[in-house]
Amino acid sequence: MYQENAEVVDHAEIQGGYNLLIMRSSSIAPAVRPGQFVHVLIPHLGESILRRPFSVFKADGDQLAILYKGVGRGTRTLSYLRPGETLNVIGPLGRGYPGLTEGRYPVLMAGGYGMAALYLCARELPVKGTAFFGGRSAADILCVKEFEALGWRVIVTTEDGSLGKSGKVTDALDAWMAGEGAPVLPELFVCGPSGMLKAVAERALGQGWPAWISVDNNMGCGVGACLTCVLKVRNSQSGDWSWARACREGPVFNAEEIIWEAVN
Amino acid sequence: MSDSSSIDMSVDIGGIRMKNPVMVASGTFGYGPEYADLVDLNRLGALVVKGICLQPTRGNPTPRTAEVASGLLNAIGLPGPGVDGFVKSYMPFLRGFNVPVIVNIWGKTIDEYVEVARRFDQVEGIAGLEVNVSCPNIKEGSALFGTDLDMFRRTLDGIRGATRLPLIPKLAPNVADITAFARAAEHCGANAISLINSFPGMAVDIKTRRPKLANVTGGLTGPAIRPIAVRLVWQAAKAVTIPVIGMGGISTLDDALEFFIVGANAVALGTVNFTNPAAAVAVIDGLTAYLKQIGASSPRELVGTLAS
Repeated sequence: MYQENAEVVDHAEIQGGYNLLIMRSSSIAPAVRPGQFVHVLIPHLGESILRRPFSVFKADGDQLAILYKGVGRGTRTLSYLRPGETLNVIGPLGRGYPGLTEGRYPVLMAGGYGMAALYLCARELPVKGTAFFGGRSAADILCVKEFEALGWRVIVTTEDGSLGKSGKVTDALDAWMAGEGAPVLPELFVCGPSGMLKAVAERALGQGWPAWISVDNNMGCGVGACLTCVLKVRNSQSGDWSWARACREGPVFNAEEIIWEAVN
Repeated sequence: MSDSSSIDMSVDIGGIRMKNPVMVASGTFGYGPEYADLVDLNRLGALVVKGICLQPTRGNPTPRTAEVASGLLNAIGLPGPGVDGFVKSYMPFLRGFNVPVIVNIWGKTIDEYVEVARRFDQVEGIAGLEVNVSCPNIKEGSALFGTDLDMFRRTLDGIRGATRLPLIPKLAPNVADITAFARAAEHCGANAISLINSFPGMAVDIKTRRPKLANVTGGLTGPAIRPIAVRLVWQAAKAVTIPVIGMGGISTLDDALEFFIVGANAVALGTVNFTNPAAAVAVIDGLTAYLKQIGASSPRELVGTLAS
């Protein structure tokens, strides 16, 4: 874990309000593992005092990329940052995705820009499987070609049918598992909005598939001190529940650990 | 170091010898390990750990914090490992550093406060106890210990009888007369006082019309409360002869200087740790440079120098 000033190398919209920010971060970038995040102090944010967490999209050498959509004050303000300016960044943070279980077939499940958290996972996994990308419309489906270039088969669904099959990402998973995917023993690597996480976890738990879920809880400090980002997890031995910090014990959890009834 | 060798940054706060007067505040620095990768803990004047009570506690439901204008509203509800859990899980780590560890303690009853203090009295490596009589987020009435003068006195009397460790009551800001509490603390044998704790507040999501915190109300911290804190530290410092630890929205050297000038003998950085873990060390370095620049040899020369 490091705190450093990272210089913005490139920053541009790639499509539909989604921005790709590449920075030079010589300490953090080489240390990133798939599924980890960075905590960014966004300049010029005035009265807003907290950092903003971002999944690491790519890490190559000393370069670190995040992919985000300008939806709130923080991300909209961030979008004005130009190359040459610096960002104060803490990272890499959290516990990311584990490796593939022996004998399992990897399946990536991404909702919207959830794919950003899965890119390094896709790159590092020793077996390239099938990736399901879902979004509201074509503009929300990002970087399909880059995942294909890594050797993944990408199946796209959009809720409005503007790209790929019409429906939800879980519909596509269901159809695939009932057909072509029926013979495989899948292991799921998941990132997306909480409704989608729940829907995927329900299937995984019902079928006994291992599933690794990256949660997107509101965060304060990002390092485990403030206890803002906690979620309820089950202790498999005692059966009792406890709080787990998304920033430390997560953001990636085994689907079996999370108490889904408590997830909003 | 040769540039600053003429400056003695050390202070004695109620019997706790600190290498400089800049601390990190309870609840904003975990128990130490959370920040150990980012902050050299040995540089800190003192480390005040998150509040500990007798038994392990889970704290409040979520959402627990809300970012508000220049501040943070929180109702974490003091989750923690309890005395035994803290001593077992964190003290071996903390003993590895050369920094005074001050444990913030709380209870649901006076008896609990006393018992927690009694147990910590036996633990090696603890420099002092900060008594949290002012957490606004505990349903059982912890806030009353800090806002009802009689309860405040009885709580401190009980704790004082249970430990020889330096005692530092942390005063609540939401009282009519802070000097009454400051004097009562001194009268009950406190070795120092710290102030302010968070100020009770509330925020509403106007779309859902729900409170932004599951606990409905919470404690406001951060730069938003700094002028309130400066005023209260100024008043309290004039009322007592024991040392005063000032805190409330300190993020920079300039912020810290305000507190020294109005009478604080030491300062603590709180919410800024969440934003900039490097802030405390920056204030320590900045303070050293500032003292040299003005020709002072100790931060003590700044204390209570408010011009009229």
